[in-house]
Amino acid sequence: MEIKKTAIAGTLESSDVQIMLSAGTNGFEFELESDVAKQFGDQIKETISNVLGMYDIKDAKIKVVDKGALDLVIKARAIAAVQRALDIVDAPKWEVL
Amino acid sequence: MKNNVNREIPDEILKEKNYEVYTTDNFGTPLIQKVAPKLRATTGEEKVVDSLEDVVLKTVEDGMTVSFHHHFREGDYVFNKVMRIIIDHGFKNLTLAPSSLTNVMNDIVVEAIEKGVVTNITSSGMRGSLGDAVSHGALKNPVIFRSHGNRARAIETGAIKIDVAFLGVPNSDAMGNANGMDGATAFGSLGYALMDAQYAQTVVLVTDNIKPYPNTPASIKQTQVDYVVKVDAVGNPDKIGSGATRFTKDPKELKIAKTVNEVITHSEYFKDGFSFQTGSGGAALAVTRFLRQSMIDNQIKASFALGGITKPTIDLLEEGLVDKVMDVQDFDKGAAESMHQNKSQQEIDASWYADPANKGAMVDALDVVILSALEIDTKFNVNVMSGSDGVIRGAIGGHQDAATAKLTIISAPLVRGRIATIVPDVTTAVTPGDSIDVLVTEVGIAINPKRKDLLESLSKVPGVPVYTIEELQQMAQEKVGTPKPLEFNDRVVALIEYRDGSLIDVIKEVKD
Repeated sequence: MEIKKTAIAGTLESSDVQIMLSAGTNGFEFELESDVAKQFGDQIKETISNVLGMYDIKDAKIKVVDKGALDLVIKARAIAAVQRALDIVDAPKWEVL
Repeated sequence: MKNNVNREIPDEILKEKNYEVYTTDNFGTPLIQKVAPKLRATTGEEKVVDSLEDVVLKTVEDGMTVSFHHHFREGDYVFNKVMRIIIDHGFKNLTLAPSSLTNVMNDIVVEAIEKGVVTNITSSGMRGSLGDAVSHGALKNPVIFRSHGNRARAIETGAIKIDVAFLGVPNSDAMGNANGMDGATAFGSLGYALMDAQYAQTVVLVTDNIKPYPNTPASIKQTQVDYVVKVDAVGNPDKIGSGATRFTKDPKELKIAKTVNEVITHSEYFKDGFSFQTGSGGAALAVTRFLRQSMIDNQIKASFALGGITKPTIDLLEEGLVDKVMDVQDFDKGAAESMHQNKSQQEIDASWYADPANKGAMVDALDVVILSALEIDTKFNVNVMSGSDGVIRGAIGGHQDAATAKLTIISAPLVRGRIATIVPDVTTAVTPGDSIDVLVTEVGIAINPKRKDLLESLSKVPGVPVYTIEELQQMAQEKVGTPKPLEFNDRVVALIEYRDGSLIDVIKEVKD
């Protein structure tokens, strides 16, 4: 699916993550900022990539500002960002949830 | 060579720097040779000098060891003033030997390293931009981290030979009689600086408050002082200590504090005349408050409270619940201000506090201590020095020293953000697991299996579940996931001494 508009989900509070999605042309292009990037950077990207995959998104620019969020938080914020970016907030894709 | 906490200490470091590896937390009763400083005799007429610059130029030479204390903490002006002069005059190859380094000192130390002014550092710790720079290999020689007791030992035995000590004081007379408890920038106990005053070859007091002679009580004495320099201000009173210490409202910290109190009160050490050390930090302060109530309820009084002192501890003293406060430093204004009013608030130097190489230190008589941890591993080894990214951001302080108490409790949450506090192996071993008795977390406690007596006495405390430390480590891992192992370069950027001067670990340059 195509990203229709740039969308953001999450805050900059500690233990949260802010994810911004915008249209891309070259696969997943990550920009990750996190104090735990060394230890969990790959896992954060993988979690978000999996969510995007469930919505059949192939290309996206993904800006992530992580404040030490646990995996389930990252997943929730990624889903919210995707639904907003695809403009399907009123009709969420239930099978993903 | 691997040491007794399973840390690989490079052979070339052991050989080059003549180190032994850490083997035991039992110091034993070795014969100790102390050193004494050489001095220039004087009647003292010309001690007072107006220009700090003149004194620096008169006393400092390339290659010397200069020292400072950190009692002004984040409000310190003296360190920056002196280092500015030292850098601007292009001194080279100095060794910096402060009792510790606070954030306000970071920028100028980084500059001094970059310009080759400082080539060696020994300290209790470092943080921020300085810790980052050192972890990225800015300093040619590895930093040596020593606990407060170990610094005292190293100074007394000559391992640290201080050429010039620049000691900021909130008051002094023209001969150098000074204390830390009076004046606009009072910080209370001069505990760490007393070592420098006693053992440095040249002692320079820096003050903004010259008092009539003789100035008493004199913690630093005129017999030790070469120069007294008058400056406009030695520190910012608002940043020396935190103001009124706030009681934590964080439910996790409160739960931990309450459990710590349960552990203390259900141990055999909780009896009339016991002694304790709590330190600063949210949970520790809350412990003091819970402990107070338990002491009242059980009609138990403590013989002494030790270490870094805060207002809640002074309250216990004033209420008669604690007989003596043995005070090496004060963390807040309340504790600093009460010093000259309470004669039972005894100023102690770092040697008396925690040095293993003397004829008995206060920590040797300590029953209970509550300490914190950045990480603790399944062998109970504790890290208070490097962050989970491997970068230096902490201080040993009195951790290794106080951990020799009869009941050593580590209070720590399972995780902080996405970082597990309880890990399979700590990034840097600072205090050996042999010294640690109980770990208290928000879900329950773990008892060092070596303490079978505690396993017995603490196994049936209502509301305090006992786990193995492996179980707690698993719980933490389930929450945050398994981190990718950190990568380091081979180069050693810091040495962690144990309090006996042996090497308990090294810190390597981080790989980015």
